Amino acid sequence: MKKVLILTGIIAMLLASFAIADDVVKIGVALPMTGNISSFGQMVWQGVELANEMFPTVLGKKVELVLGDTRSDKTEAANVISRLINLNNVVGILGEVASSNTMAGAPIAEKYHIPLLSPASTNPLVTQGKTYTSRVCFIDPFQGHVAAVFAIKNLKAKSAAVFTDVAQDYSVGLSNFFIKDFTAAGGVVYKEYYQSGDQDFSAQLTDALSHNPDVIYISGYYPEIALMAKQARQLGYKGPFLAGDGAEAPELVQIAGSAVNGLYYTSHFNAEHPVTKIGQEFVAKFEEKYHTSPSALAALGFDDYLVMLNAIERAGSTDPVKINEAIRSTKNFEGVTGYITIGSDGNAVKSAVINEVVNGQFTYVTTINP
Amino acid sequence: MDIGLNALIQNIFNSLSLGGLYALIAVGYTMVYGILRLINFAHGDIFMMGTYFAFYAITAFFLPWYLGFLMAILITGLLGFSIEKIAYRPLRNAPRISSLITAIGMSFFLESFAVVVFGGIPKSFNVYPKFFSDIILIGQSRIPLLTFITIGVTFFLFLILWWILYKTKIGLAMRAISVDIPATSLMGANVNNIISTTFVLGSAFAAVAGILWAMKYPQVQPYMGFTPGLKAFIAAVIGGIGSIQGAIVGGFLLGFLEIMIVGFFPSLAGYRDVFAYVVLIAILMFRPTGIFKIYSEQKV
Repeated sequence: MKKVLILTGIIAMLLASFAIADDVVKIGVALPMTGNISSFGQMVWQGVELANEMFPTVLGKKVELVLGDTRSDKTEAANVISRLINLNNVVGILGEVASSNTMAGAPIAEKYHIPLLSPASTNPLVTQGKTYTSRVCFIDPFQGHVAAVFAIKNLKAKSAAVFTDVAQDYSVGLSNFFIKDFTAAGGVVYKEYYQSGDQDFSAQLTDALSHNPDVIYISGYYPEIALMAKQARQLGYKGPFLAGDGAEAPELVQIAGSAVNGLYYTSHFNAEHPVTKIGQEFVAKFEEKYHTSPSALAALGFDDYLVMLNAIERAGSTDPVKINEAIRSTKNFEGVTGYITIGSDGNAVKSAVINEVVNGQFTYVTTINP
Repeated sequence: MDIGLNALIQNIFNSLSLGGLYALIAVGYTMVYGILRLINFAHGDIFMMGTYFAFYAITAFFLPWYLGFLMAILITGLLGFSIEKIAYRPLRNAPRISSLITAIGMSFFLESFAVVVFGGIPKSFNVYPKFFSDIILIGQSRIPLLTFITIGVTFFLFLILWWILYKTKIGLAMRAISVDIPATSLMGANVNNIISTTFVLGSAFAAVAGILWAMKYPQVQPYMGFTPGLKAFIAAVIGGIGSIQGAIVGGFLLGFLEIMIVGFFPSLAGYRDVFAYVVLIAILMFRPTGIFKIYSEQKV
């Protein structure tokens, strides 16, 4: 008799949990919350959390975010995405930030037909040949082009030392696109290489500086950019640095200090110049919640959530395949980083901004349209 | 050619700067190995803990930098003492492989501990006075003052160590233990105390290296000890593991190798770690005892 009671109890609890599960829409979030590029994860998460606070429901159900930490690691990114799909039964995933990490997780999302929407992976290969992997940001051929044009027109550079992180698809791709457009316009490049996690760049910098480049272009992520800028200044380099969207994080300035003054970087957003109405609202709400002005990655995290929510709304169901179709037919969606249109290739087309580090502040310089 | 020569001279100083740091970490490795025949894989993580201690002593307890550094070195020594007592001592008579696995486990434990307690986000180690990063001009080469300090500290600590090993009673006991533990014990020496002292010294050295490392590369994070630890291990093997002068020579050699490979073949720079491992494999294959061959295992 007792056994029957216990059994009934267990079944009742199971049923109850199913009933609860039915009332929420689970969205997975795979971000590098610890490790080398943890600042990226933290910033995107700020944006996602704020968006979730402002828009907590979809299709009349509560949105439940399930956060997984990829530890800034490719293997772990694949594990997290697999876990979110198989263990947490999410209907869609926001993430990852680094292109290499998103690429590591994408095949799993493809296999289970779960939409993976990256906030900030800009390498073209991330979505190439994929059906369920999309993004809300521009891609690197455009970003490299913008940087090359800026180097030639605004910085009047004729030669550039280009530093590539060989362990990051993002960096390898971005360097190539920059070099292609910079040399096509008559510029000379000196190529230098390093690897994520390296801390000593003195030999590469010594080689690069022996050519007296007009600008140093670093296509990697902020931890290495910060150390490299510091060492370049120690070796006597006085010119400007140019970088991609991987440069923006508070740690860049905290670690490099005054060494990064005069560093320009291409990005998605600047809080001084929100381009849409929701952008202004976002900046106000963000400053109220976090007491700091939002970074580009926080803005992308916010947009990532909104685009996913909008897609679920338009799909009118929580069927991942339908959500994915809706993501890929997003048209002129008003986001914080601009009006987002995602093509059938999964890529968004948007304008880029160029910022400069002035006295430790990320200052707006200009906007360049595609 | 003029440019090439300047770059070469600059790279020599770059090598000394990196090699000095490797040497300092390698000394700690080799001390523990020399005495216990234990490759302390947690050494890189003790190095990491040392930098965190210095960071928090200065930022959280508002100590002046020199006191903060001193406290960090002492606390790291204490940490080494505890690690030996808790993790290695119970296994002293177990097969050597057990201690080795425990060392790897201890390494993971310290890393995870740091992630949980200190947080996984890299912190900026801007807690030292600015004169350390002053630049000294030699010809057209620019060398941070820190490079000279690192090399100076390395040799100063080497001298201290040499004095302890060859001029004090405890040093005599250490050398005796490295040959035969039971026999030393029979001579009336307190083996436990001496092994503890070795760990305290080795860990304190790791803390010194950690602080100098963080001043050169001002970024502190829980996994920062992994690569330098591995490189220092390679340096210790190159020099002949167990030999103090070997660790120092090995450290500088590895520093030179890494910088010069990049200096002469810039396109290989992304793979410079590979060369360190290739050297490790080559040494293990052709001269497993390293440059300073001091121990040859005898089978009875």
